[in-house]
Amino acid sequence: MITEEYVESLTKLGKRMDGRKFDEYRDLSIEYGISKKSAEGSARVKIGETEVIAGVKLDLGEPYPDKPEEGSIMVNVELLPLSSPKYESGPPGIDAIELSRVTDRGIRECGAIDFKKLYHKESGKVWLVFIDIYPINAAGNLFDACTIAAMAAIRDAVFPSIEGNKVDYSTKTKTPLPLQKLPISCTVWKVGNELLVDPSVEEESAANSRLTVVFTEDDKICAMQKGKDDPMLADEIEKAVELAFKTTKDIRGHFKK
Amino acid sequence: MSKLLVEAKAVVIPGEILAEGMDHLPGKGAFREGEKVIASRVGLVYVNGSIINIVPLSGRYIPKKDDTVIGYVRDMTYSSWFINIGYAYDASLSLKDASSSYIERGASLSDFFAVADAILTRITNVTKDNNIDLTMVGPGLRKLKGGKIIEITPAKVPRLVGKQGSMISMIKDMTGCSVFAGQNGRIWIKGKTPEAEKIATDAVFLVEEKAHIRGLTDHMKGFLEEKCKSLKVEKKVSINKETKK
Repeated sequence: MITEEYVESLTKLGKRMDGRKFDEYRDLSIEYGISKKSAEGSARVKIGETEVIAGVKLDLGEPYPDKPEEGSIMVNVELLPLSSPKYESGPPGIDAIELSRVTDRGIRECGAIDFKKLYHKESGKVWLVFIDIYPINAAGNLFDACTIAAMAAIRDAVFPSIEGNKVDYSTKTKTPLPLQKLPISCTVWKVGNELLVDPSVEEESAANSRLTVVFTEDDKICAMQKGKDDPMLADEIEKAVELAFKTTKDIRGHFKK
Repeated sequence: MSKLLVEAKAVVIPGEILAEGMDHLPGKGAFREGEKVIASRVGLVYVNGSIINIVPLSGRYIPKKDDTVIGYVRDMTYSSWFINIGYAYDASLSLKDASSSYIERGASLSDFFAVADAILTRITNVTKDNNIDLTMVGPGLRKLKGGKIIEITPAKVPRLVGKQGSMISMIKDMTGCSVFAGQNGRIWIKGKTPEAEKIATDAVFLVEEKAHIRGLTDHMKGFLEEKCKSLKVEKKVSINKETKK
Protein backbone atom coordinates (compact mmCIF):
# COMPACT_ATOMS: atom_id res chain seq x y z
CA MET A 1 0.00 0.00 0.00
CA ILE A 2 1.05 3.53 -0.75
CA THR A 3 1.32 4.80 2.84
CA GLU A 4 3.33 1.77 4.02
CA GLU A 5 5.81 2.31 1.18
CA TYR A 6 6.02 5.95 2.18
CA VAL A 7 6.79 5.10 5.81
CA GLU A 8 9.51 2.69 4.71
CA SER A 9 11.06 5.23 2.32
CA LEU A 10 11.18 7.77 5.16
CA THR A 11 13.07 5.39 7.46
CA LYS A 12 15.81 5.18 4.83
CA LEU A 13 16.24 8.95 5.27
CA GLY A 14 16.31 8.46 9.04
CA LYS A 15 12.90 10.07 9.46
CA ARG A 16 9.41 9.28 10.69
CA MET A 17 6.03 10.47 9.49
CA ASP A 18 5.33 12.62 12.54
CA GLY A 19 8.88 14.03 12.69
CA ARG A 20 9.99 12.06 15.76
CA LYS A 21 13.34 10.33 16.19
CA PHE A 22 13.42 6.52 16.11
CA ASP A 23 13.89 6.23 19.87
CA GLU A 24 11.49 9.05 20.75
CA TYR A 25 8.31 8.27 22.70
CA ARG A 26 5.15 10.36 22.41
CA ASP A 27 3.89 12.17 25.52
CA LEU A 28 3.02 9.61 28.16
CA SER A 29 0.55 10.28 30.95
CA ILE A 30 -0.82 7.99 33.66
CA GLU A 31 -3.99 8.76 35.60
CA TYR A 32 -4.87 6.66 38.62
CA GLY A 33 -8.25 5.77 40.13
CA ILE A 34 -10.45 6.77 37.21
CA SER A 35 -13.29 4.48 38.30
CA LYS A 36 -13.21 4.26 42.08
CA LYS A 37 -16.83 3.13 42.43
CA SER A 38 -16.81 0.16 40.07
CA ALA A 39 -13.29 -1.22 40.35
CA GLU A 40 -10.78 -1.94 43.10
CA GLY A 41 -8.10 -0.33 41.01
CA SER A 42 -8.15 1.58 37.74
CA ALA A 43 -5.95 3.68 35.51
CA ARG A 44 -5.95 5.57 32.25
CA VAL A 45 -2.82 5.70 30.13
CA LYS A 46 -2.28 8.03 27.20
CA ILE A 47 0.60 7.72 24.78
CA GLY A 48 0.11 10.54 22.29
CA GLU A 49 -3.35 9.90 20.86
CA THR A 50 -3.44 6.30 22.05
CA GLU A 51 -5.65 5.92 25.10
CA VAL A 52 -6.10 2.78 27.18
CA ILE A 53 -8.05 2.21 30.39
CA ALA A 54 -7.52 -0.70 32.74
CA GLY A 55 -9.49 -1.95 35.72
CA VAL A 56 -8.68 -4.42 38.46
CA LYS A 57 -11.44 -6.47 40.11
CA LEU A 58 -10.78 -8.75 43.09
CA ASP A 59 -12.85 -11.76 44.03
CA LEU A 60 -12.51 -14.71 46.41
CA GLY A 61 -12.47 -18.00 44.55
CA GLU A 62 -11.40 -21.60 44.62
CA PRO A 63 -7.64 -22.08 44.15
CA TYR A 64 -6.19 -24.29 41.42
CA PRO A 65 -5.78 -27.90 42.69
CA ASP A 66 -2.00 -27.89 42.09
CA LYS A 67 -1.50 -24.63 43.97
CA PRO A 68 -4.01 -24.72 46.86
CA GLU A 69 -2.53 -21.71 48.68
CA GLU A 70 -1.87 -19.36 45.79
CA GLY A 71 -4.04 -16.74 44.12
CA SER A 72 -4.00 -15.97 40.44
CA ILE A 73 -4.35 -13.25 37.84
CA MET A 74 -6.41 -13.11 34.69
CA VAL A 75 -5.64 -10.54 32.03
CA ASN A 76 -8.16 -9.73 29.34
CA VAL A 77 -7.78 -7.20 26.56
CA GLU A 78 -10.77 -6.36 24.43
CA LEU A 79 -10.20 -4.41 21.22
CA LEU A 80 -13.28 -2.22 21.17
CA PRO A 81 -14.74 -1.31 17.77
CA LEU A 82 -14.94 2.31 18.95
CA SER A 83 -11.16 2.50 19.28
CA SER A 84 -10.30 1.83 15.65
CA PRO A 85 -12.06 1.17 12.33
CA LYS A 86 -10.00 -2.03 12.10
CA TYR A 87 -11.68 -3.75 15.04
CA GLU A 88 -15.02 -5.54 14.91
CA SER A 89 -17.20 -6.72 17.77
CA GLY A 90 -17.40 -10.43 18.46
CA PRO A 91 -15.17 -13.04 20.06
CA PRO A 92 -11.56 -11.90 20.61
CA GLY A 93 -9.33 -12.22 17.57
CA ILE A 94 -5.70 -13.24 17.41
CA ASP A 95 -4.48 -9.66 18.07
CA ALA A 96 -6.52 -9.28 21.25
CA ILE A 97 -5.41 -12.70 22.50
CA GLU A 98 -1.74 -11.92 21.84
CA LEU A 99 -2.03 -8.55 23.58
CA SER A 100 -3.58 -10.05 26.70
CA ARG A 101 -1.14 -12.94 26.81
CA VAL A 102 1.93 -10.73 26.43
CA THR A 103 0.61 -8.41 29.15
CA ASP A 104 -0.20 -11.39 31.37
CA ARG A 105 3.23 -12.94 30.87
CA GLY A 106 5.07 -9.74 31.77
CA ILE A 107 3.21 -9.48 35.06
CA ARG A 108 3.20 -13.20 35.89
CA GLU A 109 6.73 -14.27 35.03
CA CYS A 110 8.58 -11.70 37.15
CA GLY A 111 6.30 -12.35 40.11
CA ALA A 112 4.97 -8.79 40.13
CA ILE A 113 2.22 -9.90 42.48
CA ASP A 114 3.05 -12.30 45.32
CA PHE A 115 0.49 -15.03 44.65
CA LYS A 116 1.15 -16.67 48.04
CA LYS A 117 -0.07 -13.55 49.84
CA LEU A 118 -3.36 -13.75 47.99
CA TYR A 119 -4.35 -16.76 50.15
CA HIS A 120 -7.24 -16.08 52.53
CA LYS A 121 -6.79 -18.44 55.47
CA GLU A 122 -10.16 -18.03 57.20
CA SER A 123 -12.18 -19.20 54.22
CA GLY A 124 -9.56 -21.40 52.52
CA LYS A 125 -10.17 -19.41 49.37
CA VAL A 126 -7.78 -17.27 47.35
CA TRP A 127 -8.00 -13.83 45.81
CA LEU A 128 -8.37 -13.80 42.04
CA VAL A 129 -7.12 -10.66 40.36
CA PHE A 130 -9.00 -9.80 37.19
CA ILE A 131 -7.24 -7.24 35.01
CA ASP A 132 -9.42 -5.92 32.22
CA ILE A 133 -7.91 -3.61 29.63
CA TYR A 134 -9.84 -1.58 27.10
CA PRO A 135 -8.26 0.58 24.39
CA ILE A 136 -10.37 3.73 23.96
CA ASN A 137 -8.36 5.00 21.02
CA ALA A 138 -5.93 2.73 19.21
CA ALA A 139 -3.38 5.06 17.61
CA GLY A 140 -0.44 2.69 17.76
CA ASN A 141 1.70 1.02 20.41
CA LEU A 142 -1.05 -0.86 22.27
CA PHE A 143 1.45 -3.44 23.53
CA ASP A 144 3.28 -0.96 25.75
CA ALA A 145 0.13 0.97 26.62
CA CYS A 146 -1.61 -2.19 27.87
CA THR A 147 1.24 -3.23 30.18
CA ILE A 148 1.62 0.29 31.56
CA ALA A 149 -2.15 0.57 32.12
CA ALA A 150 -2.29 -2.87 33.76
CA MET A 151 0.57 -2.08 36.14
CA ALA A 152 -0.86 1.34 36.99
CA ALA A 153 -4.26 -0.19 37.79
CA ILE A 154 -2.65 -2.92 39.91
CA ARG A 155 -0.71 -0.29 41.87
CA ASP A 156 -3.94 1.66 42.38
CA ALA A 157 -5.86 -1.38 43.65
CA VAL A 158 -6.84 -2.00 47.28
CA PHE A 159 -8.56 -5.05 48.77
CA PRO A 160 -12.29 -4.82 49.49
CA SER A 161 -13.41 -5.83 52.97
CA ILE A 162 -14.81 -9.25 53.81
CA GLU A 163 -18.12 -9.80 55.66
CA GLY A 164 -18.33 -13.42 56.83
CA ASN A 165 -17.19 -15.33 53.77
CA LYS A 166 -18.47 -12.77 51.28
CA VAL A 167 -16.69 -9.86 49.71
CA ASP A 168 -18.16 -6.48 50.57
CA TYR A 169 -17.33 -4.27 47.63
CA SER A 170 -18.96 -1.17 49.11
CA THR A 171 -16.27 -0.78 51.79
CA LYS A 172 -12.64 -0.86 50.83
CA THR A 173 -9.66 -1.54 53.06
CA LYS A 174 -6.43 0.41 52.73
CA THR A 175 -4.36 -2.71 51.96
CA PRO A 176 -2.78 -2.59 48.51
CA LEU A 177 -2.01 -5.68 46.46
CA PRO A 178 1.18 -7.51 47.52
CA LEU A 179 3.50 -6.11 44.87
CA GLN A 180 7.09 -7.24 44.46
CA LYS A 181 8.13 -5.95 41.04
CA LEU A 182 7.18 -3.35 38.48
CA PRO A 183 7.53 -4.90 35.02
CA ILE A 184 7.56 -2.44 32.10
CA SER A 185 7.44 -3.52 28.51
CA CYS A 186 8.85 -1.86 25.44
CA THR A 187 8.09 -3.08 21.95
CA VAL A 188 10.70 -2.41 19.31
CA TRP A 189 9.42 -2.40 15.73
CA LYS A 190 11.51 -3.02 12.65
CA VAL A 191 10.46 -0.89 9.68
CA GLY A 192 12.65 -1.36 6.63
CA ASN A 193 16.05 -1.89 8.25
CA GLU A 194 15.50 0.47 11.16
CA LEU A 195 14.41 -0.19 14.72
CA LEU A 196 11.96 2.21 16.34
CA VAL A 197 9.77 2.50 19.43
CA ASP A 198 6.23 3.78 20.00
CA PRO A 199 4.96 3.40 16.41
CA SER A 200 1.95 5.10 14.87
CA VAL A 201 -0.74 2.99 13.19
CA GLU A 202 0.92 3.53 9.80
CA GLU A 203 4.29 2.45 11.13
CA GLU A 204 2.77 -0.66 12.68
CA SER A 205 1.30 -1.77 9.38
CA ALA A 206 4.54 -0.93 7.55
CA ALA A 207 6.64 -2.91 10.06
CA ASN A 208 7.76 -6.40 9.15
CA SER A 209 8.96 -7.50 12.56
CA ARG A 210 8.58 -6.60 16.23
CA LEU A 211 10.06 -7.62 19.56
CA THR A 212 8.49 -6.95 22.95
CA VAL A 213 10.90 -6.99 25.88
CA VAL A 214 9.73 -6.67 29.49
CA PHE A 215 12.16 -5.37 32.12
CA THR A 216 11.86 -5.26 35.89
CA GLU A 217 13.32 -2.47 38.03
CA ASP A 218 16.45 -4.55 38.76
CA ASP A 219 17.19 -4.46 35.01
CA LYS A 220 16.28 -8.08 34.41
CA ILE A 221 14.39 -9.30 31.37
CA CYS A 222 11.31 -11.20 32.53
CA ALA A 223 9.44 -11.80 29.28
CA MET A 224 9.82 -11.47 25.53
CA GLN A 225 7.59 -11.83 22.51
CA LYS A 226 8.55 -11.78 18.85
CA GLY A 227 5.81 -10.86 16.39
CA LYS A 228 5.06 -10.37 12.69
CA ASP A 229 6.36 -12.45 9.82
CA ASP A 230 9.98 -11.47 9.19
CA PRO A 231 12.91 -12.84 11.19
CA MET A 232 15.33 -10.66 13.15
CA LEU A 233 19.12 -10.94 12.98
CA ALA A 234 21.08 -11.67 16.13
CA ASP A 235 22.65 -8.21 16.26
CA GLU A 236 19.26 -6.62 15.57
CA ILE A 237 17.86 -8.41 18.59
CA GLU A 238 20.78 -7.13 20.65
CA LYS A 239 20.10 -3.58 19.48
CA ALA A 240 16.37 -4.00 20.09
CA VAL A 241 16.93 -5.19 23.66
CA GLU A 242 19.31 -2.31 24.29
CA LEU A 243 16.76 0.18 22.91
CA ALA A 244 13.97 -1.39 24.97
CA PHE A 245 16.14 -1.24 28.08
CA LYS A 246 16.72 2.50 27.71
CA THR A 247 13.07 3.19 26.88
CA THR A 248 11.66 1.22 29.82
CA LYS A 249 13.88 3.24 32.15
CA ASP A 250 12.27 6.43 30.86
CA ILE A 251 8.75 4.99 31.13
CA ARG A 252 9.42 3.87 34.71
CA GLY A 253 10.02 7.51 35.64
CA HIS A 254 6.36 8.27 34.86
CA PHE A 255 5.09 5.96 37.63
CA LYS A 256 4.42 7.47 41.02
CA LYS A 257 6.84 6.30 43.68
CA MET B 1 -46.56 32.69 5.78
CA SER B 2 -43.78 30.30 6.59
CA LYS B 3 -41.45 30.92 9.51
CA LEU B 4 -37.76 30.00 9.84
CA LEU B 5 -37.02 28.95 13.40
CA VAL B 6 -33.22 28.65 13.33
CA GLU B 7 -30.41 31.01 12.48
CA ALA B 8 -28.09 30.36 9.57
CA LYS B 9 -24.98 28.32 10.54
CA ALA B 10 -26.57 27.25 13.83
CA VAL B 11 -25.75 23.76 15.07
CA VAL B 12 -28.86 21.59 15.10
CA ILE B 13 -29.59 18.07 16.30
CA PRO B 14 -31.92 15.44 14.81
CA GLY B 15 -35.57 16.19 15.57
CA GLU B 16 -35.07 19.93 15.86
CA ILE B 17 -37.78 21.91 14.05
CA LEU B 18 -36.13 24.16 11.48
CA ALA B 19 -39.14 25.89 9.97
CA GLU B 20 -42.92 25.89 10.02
CA GLY B 21 -45.06 26.37 6.97
CA MET B 22 -44.99 25.23 3.38
CA ASP B 23 -42.73 27.96 1.94
CA HIS B 24 -39.55 26.33 3.18
CA LEU B 25 -38.34 23.10 1.61
CA PRO B 26 -36.29 20.36 3.26
CA GLY B 27 -32.92 19.89 1.55
CA LYS B 28 -30.10 17.53 2.51
CA GLY B 29 -30.26 16.30 6.10
CA ALA B 30 -33.82 17.53 6.63
CA PHE B 31 -37.33 16.21 6.04
CA ARG B 32 -40.90 17.43 6.12
CA GLU B 33 -43.56 16.26 8.53
CA GLY B 34 -46.87 18.01 7.99
CA GLU B 35 -46.20 21.73 8.20
CA LYS B 36 -42.79 21.33 9.82
CA VAL B 37 -39.29 20.98 8.39
CA ILE B 38 -37.22 18.84 10.76
CA ALA B 39 -33.49 18.10 10.96
CA SER B 40 -32.38 14.50 10.53
CA ARG B 41 -28.64 14.98 11.23
CA VAL B 42 -26.27 16.81 13.55
CA GLY B 43 -24.85 19.71 11.59
CA LEU B 44 -24.86 23.34 10.55
CA VAL B 45 -27.87 24.99 8.96
CA TYR B 46 -27.43 26.52 5.52
CA VAL B 47 -30.43 28.28 4.02
CA ASN B 48 -30.36 28.57 0.26
CA GLY B 49 -33.42 30.57 -0.81
CA SER B 50 -36.32 28.48 0.41
CA ILE B 51 -34.29 25.28 0.74
CA ILE B 52 -32.89 24.36 4.15
CA ASN B 53 -29.79 22.17 4.05
CA ILE B 54 -27.94 20.62 6.96
CA VAL B 55 -24.21 20.19 6.43
CA PRO B 56 -23.21 17.37 8.75
CA LEU B 57 -20.32 17.80 11.20
CA SER B 58 -18.98 14.35 10.37
CA GLY B 59 -20.05 11.08 8.85
CA ARG B 60 -19.19 8.38 6.37
CA TYR B 61 -18.75 9.03 2.69
CA ILE B 62 -21.82 8.56 0.52
CA PRO B 63 -20.92 8.28 -3.17
CA LYS B 64 -22.36 10.75 -5.67
CA LYS B 65 -22.16 10.88 -9.43
CA ASP B 66 -19.20 12.96 -10.73
CA ASP B 67 -17.30 12.84 -7.43
CA THR B 68 -13.54 12.47 -7.81
CA VAL B 69 -12.31 10.04 -5.16
CA ILE B 70 -9.21 8.15 -4.08
CA GLY B 71 -9.70 4.39 -4.04
CA TYR B 72 -7.71 1.27 -3.24
CA VAL B 73 -7.79 -1.73 -5.56
CA ARG B 74 -9.34 -4.58 -3.57
CA ASP B 75 -9.75 -7.31 -6.15
CA MET B 76 -9.75 -7.92 -9.89
CA THR B 77 -11.58 -10.16 -12.35
CA TYR B 78 -10.95 -10.88 -16.05
CA SER B 79 -12.74 -7.71 -17.05
CA SER B 80 -12.90 -5.36 -14.10
CA TRP B 81 -11.41 -4.16 -10.84
CA PHE B 82 -13.12 -3.75 -7.48
CA ILE B 83 -12.21 -0.52 -5.74
CA ASN B 84 -12.67 0.46 -2.10
CA ILE B 85 -13.78 4.08 -2.04
CA GLY B 86 -14.49 4.25 1.67
CA TYR B 87 -18.14 3.25 1.32
CA ALA B 88 -19.87 0.12 2.59
CA TYR B 89 -19.97 -1.28 -0.95
CA ASP B 90 -17.01 -1.60 -3.31
CA ALA B 91 -17.15 0.27 -6.61
CA SER B 92 -16.34 -1.39 -9.91
CA LEU B 93 -14.01 -0.15 -12.62
CA SER B 94 -14.69 -1.94 -15.86
CA LEU B 95 -12.04 -2.62 -18.47
CA LYS B 96 -13.53 -0.23 -21.01
CA ASP B 97 -13.25 2.67 -18.58
CA ALA B 98 -9.80 1.75 -17.25
CA SER B 99 -7.63 3.46 -19.81
CA SER B 100 -7.94 5.89 -22.69
CA SER B 101 -5.48 3.82 -24.70
CA TYR B 102 -6.26 0.48 -26.33
CA ILE B 103 -5.90 -2.58 -24.11
CA GLU B 104 -4.86 -5.61 -26.11
CA ARG B 105 -6.54 -8.99 -25.81
CA GLY B 106 -4.64 -11.09 -23.27
CA ALA B 107 -2.86 -8.11 -21.71
CA SER B 108 -1.89 -8.50 -18.08
CA LEU B 109 -4.46 -6.46 -16.17
CA SER B 110 -2.28 -6.10 -13.07
CA ASP B 111 0.10 -4.01 -15.21
CA PHE B 112 -2.62 -1.37 -15.21
CA PHE B 113 -3.85 -1.63 -11.63
CA ALA B 114 -2.74 -4.26 -9.13
CA VAL B 115 -4.34 -5.14 -5.82
CA ALA B 116 -3.46 -2.54 -3.14
CA ASP B 117 -2.70 0.20 -5.68
CA ALA B 118 -4.17 3.61 -4.95
CA ILE B 119 -5.99 5.35 -7.79
CA LEU B 120 -7.52 8.73 -8.39
CA THR B 121 -10.83 7.98 -10.08
CA ARG B 122 -14.24 9.46 -10.82
CA ILE B 123 -17.70 8.08 -10.14
CA THR B 124 -19.80 7.88 -13.30
CA ASN B 125 -22.91 6.30 -11.91
CA VAL B 126 -24.47 5.26 -8.60
CA THR B 127 -27.55 3.06 -8.73
CA LYS B 128 -30.15 2.61 -6.02
CA ASP B 129 -28.91 -0.88 -5.21
CA ASN B 130 -25.38 0.44 -4.63
CA ASN B 131 -23.70 -0.48 -7.90
CA ILE B 132 -21.04 2.18 -8.28
CA ASP B 133 -19.27 2.62 -11.62
CA LEU B 134 -15.92 4.34 -11.94
CA THR B 135 -13.86 5.69 -14.80
CA MET B 136 -10.17 6.41 -15.24
CA VAL B 137 -10.74 8.37 -18.44
CA GLY B 138 -10.61 12.08 -17.67
CA PRO B 139 -8.18 14.85 -16.85
CA GLY B 140 -5.94 14.07 -13.90
CA LEU B 141 -7.32 10.59 -13.26
CA ARG B 142 -4.43 8.21 -12.69
CA LYS B 143 -2.69 5.65 -10.54
CA LEU B 144 -1.07 7.39 -7.56
CA LYS B 145 2.65 6.76 -7.23
CA GLY B 146 4.61 7.71 -4.12
CA GLY B 147 3.46 10.13 -1.46
CA LYS B 148 1.06 9.30 1.30
CA ILE B 149 -2.67 9.21 1.85
CA ILE B 150 -4.33 10.57 4.97
CA GLU B 151 -8.00 10.47 5.87
CA ILE B 152 -10.28 13.21 7.15
CA THR B 153 -14.03 13.16 7.57
CA PRO B 154 -15.62 13.59 4.11
CA ALA B 155 -17.92 16.34 5.43
CA LYS B 156 -14.91 18.63 5.80
CA VAL B 157 -13.53 18.16 2.29
CA PRO B 158 -15.41 21.19 0.84
CA ARG B 159 -13.85 23.36 3.60
CA LEU B 160 -10.39 21.99 2.82
CA VAL B 161 -10.82 22.81 -0.86
CA GLY B 162 -12.28 26.24 -0.13
CA LYS B 163 -13.99 28.65 -2.50
CA GLN B 164 -12.67 27.99 -6.02
CA GLY B 165 -9.98 25.85 -4.41
CA SER B 166 -8.57 28.77 -2.40
CA MET B 167 -7.68 26.85 0.74
CA ILE B 168 -6.07 23.84 -0.91
CA SER B 169 -4.07 25.96 -3.38
CA MET B 170 -2.76 28.01 -0.46
CA ILE B 171 -1.51 24.82 1.18
CA LYS B 172 -0.01 23.67 -2.12
CA ASP B 173 1.70 26.99 -2.87
CA MET B 174 3.16 27.53 0.57
CA THR B 175 4.45 24.00 1.19
CA GLY B 176 5.36 23.21 -2.41
CA CYS B 177 3.58 19.85 -2.09
CA SER B 178 1.13 18.28 -4.49
CA VAL B 179 -2.10 17.83 -2.54
CA PHE B 180 -5.20 16.17 -3.88
CA ALA B 181 -8.42 15.92 -1.91
CA GLY B 182 -10.79 13.12 -2.87
CA GLN B 183 -14.46 13.75 -2.09
CA ASN B 184 -14.38 10.60 0.04
CA GLY B 185 -12.07 12.25 2.58
CA ARG B 186 -8.83 10.66 1.42
CA ILE B 187 -6.11 13.22 0.83
CA TRP B 188 -3.00 12.42 -1.17
CA ILE B 189 0.11 14.43 -0.34
CA LYS B 190 3.47 14.30 -2.08
CA GLY B 191 6.24 16.83 -1.60
CA LYS B 192 9.94 17.32 -2.11
CA THR B 193 10.91 16.81 1.52
CA PRO B 194 9.32 14.94 4.44
CA GLU B 195 9.29 18.23 6.37
CA ALA B 196 7.15 19.94 3.74
CA GLU B 197 4.84 16.92 3.65
CA LYS B 198 4.53 17.07 7.43
CA ILE B 199 3.46 20.73 7.32
CA ALA B 200 0.91 20.00 4.58
CA THR B 201 -0.43 17.08 6.64
CA ASP B 202 -0.70 19.19 9.79
CA ALA B 203 -2.44 21.92 7.78
CA VAL B 204 -5.02 19.47 6.44
CA PHE B 205 -5.78 18.14 9.93
CA LEU B 206 -6.00 21.69 11.27
CA VAL B 207 -8.60 22.57 8.63
CA GLU B 208 -10.56 19.45 9.61
CA GLU B 209 -10.41 20.42 13.29
CA LYS B 210 -11.32 24.09 12.81
CA ALA B 211 -13.61 23.77 9.79
CA HIS B 212 -16.51 25.47 11.55
CA ILE B 213 -14.73 28.66 12.69
CA ARG B 214 -14.93 31.95 10.79
CA GLY B 215 -11.86 33.50 9.22
CA LEU B 216 -10.22 30.10 8.85
CA THR B 217 -8.35 31.12 5.71
CA ASP B 218 -6.50 33.89 7.61
CA HIS B 219 -5.83 31.52 10.50
CA MET B 220 -4.40 28.95 8.09
CA LYS B 221 -2.30 31.56 6.34
CA GLY B 222 -0.72 32.50 9.66
CA PHE B 223 -0.15 28.85 10.54
CA LEU B 224 1.47 28.07 7.20
CA GLU B 225 3.64 31.20 7.19
CA GLU B 226 4.91 30.34 10.66
CA LYS B 227 5.61 26.71 9.79
CA CYS B 228 7.07 27.36 6.37
CA LYS B 229 9.73 29.73 7.70
CA SER B 230 12.21 26.89 8.04
CA LEU B 231 11.42 25.66 4.54
CA LYS B 232 11.83 29.08 2.99
CA VAL B 233 15.23 29.59 4.60
CA GLU B 234 16.39 26.36 2.99
CA LYS B 235 15.06 27.48 -0.38
CA LYS B 236 16.86 30.83 -0.19
CA VAL B 237 20.14 29.18 0.77
CA SER B 238 19.96 26.86 -2.20
CA ILE B 239 19.22 29.77 -4.56
CA ASN B 240 22.21 31.70 -3.21
CA LYS B 241 24.47 28.73 -3.75
CA GLU B 242 23.37 28.46 -7.35
CA THR B 243 23.97 32.16 -8.05
CA LYS B 244 27.45 31.96 -6.51
CA LYS B 245 28.39 29.20 -8.87
